[in-house]
Amino acid sequence: MAIVRVQSAPFDPTAEIHALSGEKDDTGGLVTFQGLVRATDKSRRIESLTLEHYPGMTEHVLQNIADTAESRFSLHRCLVIHRYGRMLPGETIVLVATASAHRKAAFDGACYIMDRLKTDVPFWKFEESNDGRGHWVEAKLSDSKAAERWQT
Amino acid sequence: MTFLYFAWVRERIGYGREVHALPDGIETLGALLDWLALRSTGHEDALKDRAKLRFAINQTYAFAESPVGDKDEIAIFPPVTGG
Repeated sequence: MAIVRVQSAPFDPTAEIHALSGEKDDTGGLVTFQGLVRATDKSRRIESLTLEHYPGMTEHVLQNIADTAESRFSLHRCLVIHRYGRMLPGETIVLVATASAHRKAAFDGACYIMDRLKTDVPFWKFEESNDGRGHWVEAKLSDSKAAERWQT
Repeated sequence: MTFLYFAWVRERIGYGREVHALPDGIETLGALLDWLALRSTGHEDALKDRAKLRFAINQTYAFAESPVGDKDEIAIFPPVTGG
């Protein structure tokens, strides 16, 4: 089973990645992705990003996606950590790490997880700019299209 | 049954959770949403464009034709934006 954590507490991506290495002798590739809070979005300066989630559904949808990736891409290890709550520019929102014998499976597994996470996992982003205004970030058509390419 | 609202759906309705008995004669999610939209102007506003919403019954994605039961947890929210 993939290791999946949904938490409000910040985490150290380097420490989490380090803990994954050396699990199996024939792991030849380890891919990691970090989603970060941007400091600017087009001309706006971002003050903070707050992620709302659906306790219960968020965890099991994310677990299902990670487990599917582990099986479909024959991953040796799969780790997903996703935060919720208020975050500041530069902070890590999500870490995805995949380990496999060869690089293609590790890259594909990480891409698959991110593409499906963007369309299926219940999180909603509220962005506050430094002019005091806030808005709910809208889902992107490009994310739906990216998820579609994994359908068999 | 329990209704949960998230993001701007919660803001337009004014709260994130409410509990009601399943109304008589209602068997599908679509019919339930039609009933829910009549409860207040906030509900009507939140539900006016169903294409801009996503739904879950007992934490599984659902659609207008999905059946609903009195013990269900119904969630209504915008398309997700995690990651």
